[in-house]
Amino acid sequence: MTVPVVAVRAGLTRGRIEFRNTLTSFQDIWSYLFPAVGVLVAMFFTSGAHVPGTTFSLGSSMLPSVLGMNIAFAGLMNLSQQLVVEREDGTLLRAKAIPDGMIGYLVGKVTQVSAMALLASGLVVVPGVFLVHGLALTGVGSWLTLVWVVVLGLLATMPLGAVIGSMFSTPRNMGLVMLPIMALTATSGIFYPLSQFPAWLQWVGQVFPMYWLGLGMRSALLPGALSAVEIGGSWRHLATLGVLGGWAVAGMVVAPVVLRRMARRESGSSVAARRERAMRQVVR
Amino acid sequence: MTVMSEPRVPARAVGTDDAVLDIRDLRMRYGATDVLAGVTFAARRGEVIALLGPNGAGKTTTIEILEGFRMRSAGDVSVLGADPARGGEQWRARLGVVLQSWRDHGRWRVRELLAHLGSYYAPYATERIPRPWDVDELVDAVGLSAHAAKRTGQLSGGQRRRLDVAIGIVGRPELLFLDEPTAGFDPEARREFHDLVHRLSDLDETTILLTTHDLDEAEKLADRILVLAGGRIVADGSADQLSRLMSTEAEVRWSRDGQRFVHSTADATGYVRELFRQYGEAVADLEVRRASLEDTYMALVHEFEAGRHDAAVHAFEAQRRGDA
Repeated sequence: MTVPVVAVRAGLTRGRIEFRNTLTSFQDIWSYLFPAVGVLVAMFFTSGAHVPGTTFSLGSSMLPSVLGMNIAFAGLMNLSQQLVVEREDGTLLRAKAIPDGMIGYLVGKVTQVSAMALLASGLVVVPGVFLVHGLALTGVGSWLTLVWVVVLGLLATMPLGAVIGSMFSTPRNMGLVMLPIMALTATSGIFYPLSQFPAWLQWVGQVFPMYWLGLGMRSALLPGALSAVEIGGSWRHLATLGVLGGWAVAGMVVAPVVLRRMARRESGSSVAARRERAMRQVVR
Repeated sequence: MTVMSEPRVPARAVGTDDAVLDIRDLRMRYGATDVLAGVTFAARRGEVIALLGPNGAGKTTTIEILEGFRMRSAGDVSVLGADPARGGEQWRARLGVVLQSWRDHGRWRVRELLAHLGSYYAPYATERIPRPWDVDELVDAVGLSAHAAKRTGQLSGGQRRRLDVAIGIVGRPELLFLDEPTAGFDPEARREFHDLVHRLSDLDETTILLTTHDLDEAEKLADRILVLAGGRIVADGSADQLSRLMSTEAEVRWSRDGQRFVHSTADATGYVRELFRQYGEAVADLEVRRASLEDTYMALVHEFEAGRHDAAVHAFEAQRRGDA
């Protein structure tokens, strides 16, 4: 199969325009600020607390973890939510009605979600480096780590988000996804080192990409000595690469199949039926 | 429309090389219900066909199968020479689709959205058909020039519909599907839309299949009208053929000495001749009205619902053979 260059280019344009459009919506701007505000609130409540066994501020150690969580949220929640909404309003069907439209749509979505995740991360990292005491974003090495963790994290979570999004037919059911993801956040060592949790919870947390995203971010932004607090007393870059890479590969195998199955069932009447159902719920 | 007065070739005689649509015995079954019970029709290049029928008759199902959005249960379907169930992107590029109601891309600006969606068609341009349509020309053609910079979510219902039509034709389709295209249009917008459809079919030879509930619109736009009822085509012909089929009676109205009269007769000409012979100059406000398409349509659907479906089809076939 030849790669339709025009559609890929159109997808990039599409992602850029959609990203720009998010900057005009209050709701979206709030979603950009949310992680930064989250870090501030968490730091406020833990002021004076230390990472166990060290004199390092627990609040400061949260900042990189929240960055990791934010990437996972972008890939899982943001992408799946958009997919469900755009399936309902007919955007997906529109893409289907246009030659190579689905390719353009997916490239656009990946571009947009990545750009949104990067902006939200930037809003945490840049002020954090200046304001939060103890962060060590020094040298090319830590920046490189930051970049590969972010890229691999997005690759690991976005296909998963696409699969989740394909499973729901209306945005009103999406609340069901929030709960498990919140539970996952709690067991991913974002707000407190996972090494302090019971062993079985540690195993649960380590299965999913969010823990590894947080770990990778901490390895990039925190002083090397803090790796002692982590499971196994190391940043475990190789394992991070392995788990995130594994999720990425598995996702990229499964997601196209699920997406294609979902898209095949889209038609004018299915969009109209969903709309009618939505209207009835609003009226009630 | 001038085309209407030309002698029409029956659909079944269409040569396959010229047939844009060729549907034979199309069937669709959901569970135990037959939504389509053997639909057969064809369309030539540049032809405008209106698909009429009561709600639930299978119009949308038929169109969705032809668009390649829905799998059929049985039957042979050829759309632009390909089976829509296996149509590739090359095939997709030659189709235009306007569905009943969209509200997608609400944050995009009109011109920007058309330019974006048009860009996908560029690789599919041919010697004969340059793709996509020039955006400014297109915005102008659908009468949205004043709103080109607006967000699509801020358009009125009629404006949004015109945008949908513009998106449907941005790739200069050879075959265009229009599902209830003028719902929510004011009379002026409707007139402009009709002009656009004529332009597409006459100048660009676009074949158009449209569904509508507006019989006046069907009569104005379509070269041929198909009436779908109970999952079958119960009538297939020009508006004129359909009227002559269902009712040979015409209605004569006139006034005499300030009093109004109405009379139904099979021989309107003879009746009027007699009228003038008797009353001469006293006859005023004369009007002779053949059954409208609406009358015909209602009679057809009613006849079908009363269970005399086969009788209706046969009567029509006999009539059409007489015409040809």
